[in-house]
Amino acid sequence: MTTGLTRPDGPAKLTGTAHYAADADTSDALAAALVTTTVPNGRLTALHTADAEAAPGVVRVLTRADLPPLGELSTPPLGFPVPPLLEDTVHHEGEPIAVVLAETWEQARHAATLVRAEYADVTPAVPFGQAEDVVPHGGLVFGETDESKGDVTAGLAAADVSVTATYTTADRHHSPIEPHATLARWDGDQLVLHSSVQSVLFAQAALAALFGVPPENVRVFCPFVGGGFGCKGFVWPHIPLAAAAARVTGRPVKLVLTRAQMFTLAGHQPATRQTVSLGATSDGRLTALRHTSSNASAQLGDYCENTPHGSTWMYASPAIETSTRIQRLHRPGPTPMRSPHEGPGMFALESAMDELAHELGMDPVELRLRNEPEVDPLTGEPFSSRKLVECLREGARRFGWSERNPEIGSMRDGHELIGWGMAAATMDSPRSPSSARLRIDHTGHVVVETGMQEIGTGLPAMVQAVAAETLGCPPEDVAVRHGDSDFPPHTGTFGSMSTMGLGSAVRAAAESALEKLGAEPGDPLAGALAEAGLTELESEGRWSPEGGGMTRGRTGGYSIHTYGSIFVEVRVDPDLGLLRMSRAVGVYAGGRILNPLAARSQMIGGITWGYGQAVLEQSVFEPNLGRFLSKNLAGYIVPVNADIGEIDVSFVDDDDRVASAIGAKGIGELGAVGVSAAIANAVFHATGRRVRDLPIRIHHLLP
Amino acid sequence: MIPFDYQRAEDTRSAVATVTARPGAAFLGAGTNLVDHLKLGVAAPDLLVDVSHLPFDMIEPLAGGGVRIGATVRNSDLAVDPVIRQRYPMVSAALLSGASGQLRNVATTAGNLMQRTRCPYFQDVTTPCNKRRPGSGCSALEGYHRDHAILGASRHCVAVHPSDLAVALTALGAVVQVEGVKGARSIPIIDLYRLPDDAPQHDTVLEHGELITAVDLPALPMATRSTYRKVRDRASYAFALVSVAAAVDVERGTVRDVRVALGGVAHKPWRARRAEEALRGAPATDDAFRAAAEAELAGARPLRDNAFKVPMARNTIVATLRELTRREEP
Repeated sequence: MTTGLTRPDGPAKLTGTAHYAADADTSDALAAALVTTTVPNGRLTALHTADAEAAPGVVRVLTRADLPPLGELSTPPLGFPVPPLLEDTVHHEGEPIAVVLAETWEQARHAATLVRAEYADVTPAVPFGQAEDVVPHGGLVFGETDESKGDVTAGLAAADVSVTATYTTADRHHSPIEPHATLARWDGDQLVLHSSVQSVLFAQAALAALFGVPPENVRVFCPFVGGGFGCKGFVWPHIPLAAAAARVTGRPVKLVLTRAQMFTLAGHQPATRQTVSLGATSDGRLTALRHTSSNASAQLGDYCENTPHGSTWMYASPAIETSTRIQRLHRPGPTPMRSPHEGPGMFALESAMDELAHELGMDPVELRLRNEPEVDPLTGEPFSSRKLVECLREGARRFGWSERNPEIGSMRDGHELIGWGMAAATMDSPRSPSSARLRIDHTGHVVVETGMQEIGTGLPAMVQAVAAETLGCPPEDVAVRHGDSDFPPHTGTFGSMSTMGLGSAVRAAAESALEKLGAEPGDPLAGALAEAGLTELESEGRWSPEGGGMTRGRTGGYSIHTYGSIFVEVRVDPDLGLLRMSRAVGVYAGGRILNPLAARSQMIGGITWGYGQAVLEQSVFEPNLGRFLSKNLAGYIVPVNADIGEIDVSFVDDDDRVASAIGAKGIGELGAVGVSAAIANAVFHATGRRVRDLPIRIHHLLP
Repeated sequence: MIPFDYQRAEDTRSAVATVTARPGAAFLGAGTNLVDHLKLGVAAPDLLVDVSHLPFDMIEPLAGGGVRIGATVRNSDLAVDPVIRQRYPMVSAALLSGASGQLRNVATTAGNLMQRTRCPYFQDVTTPCNKRRPGSGCSALEGYHRDHAILGASRHCVAVHPSDLAVALTALGAVVQVEGVKGARSIPIIDLYRLPDDAPQHDTVLEHGELITAVDLPALPMATRSTYRKVRDRASYAFALVSVAAAVDVERGTVRDVRVALGGVAHKPWRARRAEEALRGAPATDDAFRAAAEAELAGARPLRDNAFKVPMARNTIVATLRELTRREEP
């Protein structure tokens, strides 16, 4: 099981036969194009649709009055808590106000440009930082907004050395290759939906509630997602709009968001401003840790980027205090983006730890080792498994950290300055229910069915691996069918939860099959069926964390998280301010690794993702227009191959049977955490410049 | 998409006549920029005359030692041409620093020169932009302008020209061959491009219907020691914050002649004549390079958020000249 499995979905993807949402048969479908607001606030006072309605191929232009009545629903499962077409109050630029339906996509898109809107009471958008910090409320607040133990003020006063600094992270967009796409088809009161979503379960539940039909009347297909990273986790307005348009017109409707619409109608990771204070004794033991945060949020929904969360379990400190606030601004609604909360948060904490190490004159790895807690420092509860020390030691060894000259600017390669920096990484371990059905036929061939989507991470290979391990059969004897809401439900491919939940469910299904057969793992399945007088055997497996619903990492008396270390080498051209990452070593503890090939690939992607956060990614919020400016992949830049140097990924031994029945934890988001801090720390080592604002751009480093 | 007519050009004369006669017509090369503009609504021609198959796909020697590059030579082919690589390495380097392999495989020489600014306001039809809609105002002036001009801009437009190739051609002093209904004319590339002044809707001096058929490179022996340096946030597939095309002729530590042009700093590729003047006869040292760069950039008028481009341009000029002159040492 440790050799690594190639993906069963690989050939279909390589040959273009893997069907994505927009590939669904649309021969009789209308094409839909959204018309969106061009102002950030105020009121919509008039919509002129006559020109659009007269344009070639246009069948209908829908405005709010044309929609069927829709039920009330909360966030989540909705991504943004307003009806899917605006009636009056404008919440942000890029909000849907009309849907143009035409025979072709080109006709619909052209006609959408002919719809004219009038607005009143539009005022300049208040920028992030200039609104009031408020306590967020509702379903988009993940975890506590305020946590504390001990007396931080006293701890800072008692410290021999202390640091306090403010760090900022940028607005970022997920930018998957595949945009959101939905094909909706009604047959009476039965709705069939092909939609690119990270949870067919959420889509099914949301559409059933909105349209007032039982969930079993809504069937959602999504076998493959062409990248999600969080922006397809919740149900965004175009999905109910496609379904409403199909209902109103009596024809199937296909709605694909444009790349620009992906920047306003599918969430983003909001800009954050964080302040960290650390106090320590002269031998490097923390006396206090305070981490406060505020993020840009929308007018509605109160999405909260809980950046200080990881600071509550990361280091031993007698006093810990965190708080997180939001500013309600006229901006599109944010949503979780790889890696939410700890991704921006660990940039601040791990930069501050580096600043503290520098003040103490202590090696930054050693500082972290000295503050390793025995139990969760906030709650006093045991860790389910925590291998941070092993990650730090192994990372330092693989990187060659002992060769580092700690003096600033002391390492050079010809003209270039070399910087070595490191950071620790962690992610919370939310977990959620999952289920799978397993069938064995008389030839011993196994089929596993589950509502899960293959989102690029290799979940079908994981399912094969767990089924094969449990049954003791070759993985290639196991076929995996997925992405249909008629299959046993899987909560969603987000939050790094799928392997734990689905893997445990598949194992349960396989164990149940063996039990029904009275067979042992490794017994030939065809023979076992024949002996039992069966031509086919079916079993179901379910798994859920304690309590039966979705949980966060602190649950059931345990503190459940994943850990890692990241070491990077950067090269800075001192004349041009050019920064490149030539080398990265990541060592991770994320429970039992079921498929090393896929896991390694995940972490390489994560480190690359973290490089984007550190050096490139920033959605500019245009101050005068009150909108994200460059809503395309030329203006919003993500890493390319030439940016990424050598990446070395490995895992330490870990097996967490508290987290899941199969010993696994989730790793999808862990790899992107800590990279930005390690790079900023390496930049400081190379240049003496402490950059506390992401992304670190050339203009920060010019002489 | 707005419906439009399409014609594949049979020959130069008829293509030029057709476009000249129809105010809404446009030439189509590979379409790597124009087709984007059609989709975005930035351009709405009613007729596209496809000139990408006209017989201008040769790279030929010119009498007098220069080289003629046909207008439809693809960027990839031009970049790897042995004569270009050996005699004008800055041209090859500039091409290879731009776009992606896929784009370079289709993009044409003339199309590269005629591509338009990537100013985000220009590309977003819902925002004011004097280049796209004359008289509507410049959104970048008080808006987001980190990537914008520091030299030669006006209050009407602060956009920069995006081509890398054009910067190298400007340093070399290339001449553009143009066909129009009134006949052929030759335009030095330095004069092809305009500063924005009060008419930023015009990138070049070409009349409607005039077609670039070739670009002539002068003999210029010192161009064998030339290069192109592009500074940008991303290591590949991004436009220049600042770029420098330079050729230098050094003898016994003294600069005999030099060519320098800058990209990413102005509405047109910027020939650094003041820097060139300062360098002729000067010692080939970092101090002299720096002084020359500062002489050129004394006229820089950065905007609120792009002052960093001034030291960036200065240091890139110094680094590029240093690299070239060090190469000359045995």
